[in-house]
Amino acid sequence: MKGFLLTRGAQALLVILIMSFVIYSLIGLMPGDPIDQMISADPNMTSADATRLRALYGLDLPIHQRYWNWLSAALSGDLGYSRLFAKPVLEVLLPALKNSVMLLGLALFMSICIAIPIGTLAASKPRSVFDYGVNLFAFAGISIPSFWLALMLIILFSVILGVLPAGGIAQSDAGFWESMKYLILPAATLTIASVGGHARYVRAAMLEVLRQDYIRTARAKGAGAMRVVWRHALRNAMIPVVTIMALDFGTLFSGALITETIYSWPGMGKLIFDSVMGNDCNLALIALLFATTLTLVGSLLADICYAWLDPRITLGVSEQ
Amino acid sequence: MARWNLLLVRAIPTLIVAFSLVSQAYAQDPKTLQIGITQYPANLHPNIESMVAKSYTLGFVQRPITAFDAAWKLVCLECETLPTIENGMAILEKTPEGADGIAVTFSIPKDAFWGDGTPITTSDVEFTFEVGKHPLSGTTAIETYRRIYRIDVHDDKRFTLHQDRRTFNYNQFNAVTILPDHLERPIFEKQPAEYKNRTLYDSDSTNPGLYSGPYRIVEAVRGSFILLERNVYWRGKKPYFDKIIIRSIENTSAMEANLLSGNIDMIAGELGLQLDQGIAFEKRHGDRFNVIYKSGLHYEHIDLNLQNPILADLRVRQALLYGIDRATISDQLFHGRQPVANSMISPHDRTYTKQPIIYAYNPEKAASLLDEAGWSILRKGIRHNDQGQSLRLELMSTAGDKTRELVQQVLQSQLRQIGVDIRIKNEAPRVFFGQTTRERKFTAMAMYAWVSSPELVPRTTLHSTQIPVPENNFSGQNYSTISIPELDNLIDQVESELDPDKRLPLWEKIQQIYTREIPVIPLFFRANTYILPKWLHGLEPTGHLDPSTLWVENWSRVQ
Repeated sequence: MKGFLLTRGAQALLVILIMSFVIYSLIGLMPGDPIDQMISADPNMTSADATRLRALYGLDLPIHQRYWNWLSAALSGDLGYSRLFAKPVLEVLLPALKNSVMLLGLALFMSICIAIPIGTLAASKPRSVFDYGVNLFAFAGISIPSFWLALMLIILFSVILGVLPAGGIAQSDAGFWESMKYLILPAATLTIASVGGHARYVRAAMLEVLRQDYIRTARAKGAGAMRVVWRHALRNAMIPVVTIMALDFGTLFSGALITETIYSWPGMGKLIFDSVMGNDCNLALIALLFATTLTLVGSLLADICYAWLDPRITLGVSEQ
Repeated sequence: MARWNLLLVRAIPTLIVAFSLVSQAYAQDPKTLQIGITQYPANLHPNIESMVAKSYTLGFVQRPITAFDAAWKLVCLECETLPTIENGMAILEKTPEGADGIAVTFSIPKDAFWGDGTPITTSDVEFTFEVGKHPLSGTTAIETYRRIYRIDVHDDKRFTLHQDRRTFNYNQFNAVTILPDHLERPIFEKQPAEYKNRTLYDSDSTNPGLYSGPYRIVEAVRGSFILLERNVYWRGKKPYFDKIIIRSIENTSAMEANLLSGNIDMIAGELGLQLDQGIAFEKRHGDRFNVIYKSGLHYEHIDLNLQNPILADLRVRQALLYGIDRATISDQLFHGRQPVANSMISPHDRTYTKQPIIYAYNPEKAASLLDEAGWSILRKGIRHNDQGQSLRLELMSTAGDKTRELVQQVLQSQLRQIGVDIRIKNEAPRVFFGQTTRERKFTAMAMYAWVSSPELVPRTTLHSTQIPVPENNFSGQNYSTISIPELDNLIDQVESELDPDKRLPLWEKIQQIYTREIPVIPLFFRANTYILPKWLHGLEPTGHLDPSTLWVENWSRVQ
């Protein structure tokens, strides 16, 4: 186990290093820079101003030198300042991260809580009315674009019924319920968009497991239908589902751009988008690397979960 | 199945009722105004980096020394009297080097205080110019500060700025907002190069001592909202609203839904819906809101690449302008809300000449000009010259701008009727502005907008020294590469002519050259759409870069 973790840790570090160079280069090589944006917004800016500001922000250096400067500072613990927001990178990143984890974590939790029971029930009664209903719901959830769904929910719950705010985030002095009200519609949008996919995975995995010999044996021994499904089948059916959920774990920290934009929810998706478009290398890089790291961690957790779910799977030791 | 149906029939209304009961009613506080804008200000320092979202927001809490009002007249905001040569507060003088200079004397209002009760004094002014002139402070338009070579402080409130040049805008300090010396100086002096990152405006933006306007920022959640409350130390008229919430909603459909749901009361024109969206909104909900269209200084135009051999011929440029029916485009697409531009100067500007060369739609004349220019052979409706070359031009613009894309299609169709083959090629804005226009990589036509201020001298866009080339690291915005010595001289002259009346003939000549030579096809002056509640009074759209929020104390709720 220890060897496995060390190997995976070293692999992760290498991936992060390569990713940092790739991301930095891609952002740096994009045409245009923040000074161009300043020129278009300020008719008083002169050509000399543009040249001075490019030098001030280090935009006049070659890309490899800028990357090396950044890497040297980052390795010494200085993640730098966000050029766009004029604040230390972590000071900008952490509130957005908190908001994204809150929103996407709730949506993922709700999605799992709904997907596992309905996927399991649909698989245990294939081709029943309930199964068709779940399939219909799943395909609808997968097919409906999230921006459209979000707008429909806003129109229904905010414009017509007037019971929930159309977007934004609560003020700092707001109570728990007031704060939660701002979370309901974006979380519902993301849940509806993801529950269909999760339910389909659970159903497919469950159908596969329910055909196994040991399930037939359990039934032959007189185990009740519910016991067979929930006790014997579900655990094994969870292995492919865990893989999907592990990948979703990474997206928890990279945000949901469209939903965040429509609901004006200040999360990671919007922050990463703004930082890339605003050529804020420091911020974009750290935010994307953070998401990369968390995806790698999610993948590692999935591997550990496999071993827990199926004792036949061992970590890091190959059988001779 | 029947049980399910019954359950659904009962459950849905029950849930809705429960929601309604649990949820607090959104009863609007009549003393709170909620505004929707499409962009959140990235940072809040008033003198570092200019952006519309920031100037709109800061208009509530800070005032520049001077500004253009809604009538486009220069007025004092953080000063007592506007210095002019006529009132003796601006005096012509020589600089120590013997050049022509000018000295202007300002007085800070006697009862001007920062939001923490500290008086605003001349030490704040000295600090502001010290920051502004410092090459590492991150100030964007440094020339505004650099032209001041000395400041004479007479007392706590009165100071004289000595300028090293004599230009007509000697009393314009619209880009200069006084900074609080008592809070910001220690941060600046510690490390000037790091000041832009460590300023309290961004690290402690709710500090009341940073603001001197009618409101101050009490909460700011990046990407979501900024909450303002009344500044008790504000010297002027007491504003009506106790609180103002500025909500950033980027998606315009969501913005409309927020407005209809009461989550916001109004949509700012400076950063709100596009004109076509505003017109559509007015058709649907015009009875519930006041929709105001204010055309201003966003000059939508097409830069022509004069290095292109086809466009180097003046007759072709004239033909293109005669072949475009701008009046019909304005009427059909913009319901006449977006006036046709005859030159780069808005008809609202005092410098607009009544006699530019007007190119009304005239396809016959366009055709005859093209014939004259040698594009007389028609093959499949496209003109060719006698060498077999087709009259094909590339029209580039920003991708994703629905209005621009629509105009492009209309232009393509209209120019096709006179035998010009227009190929549309659009790019992401950062590619278009960052590379294509800046490095002059558009082969023929580039369509976009310039934003300007009243009586802005077109030095960066029309002077021959401002043509971006590799040798000057692609500085300057003269993308069409127009280079006319007479025009250069007029630009120099108009800048240094102090008499407003004597400037008018110079402006007229500049516009005549512009409309005669056609380095650019003028299209429209874009209009901002303000969607306001019926009860809001006193908001006056300005149509220029100084936002309506600079006069927020005049806003009120009237039933």
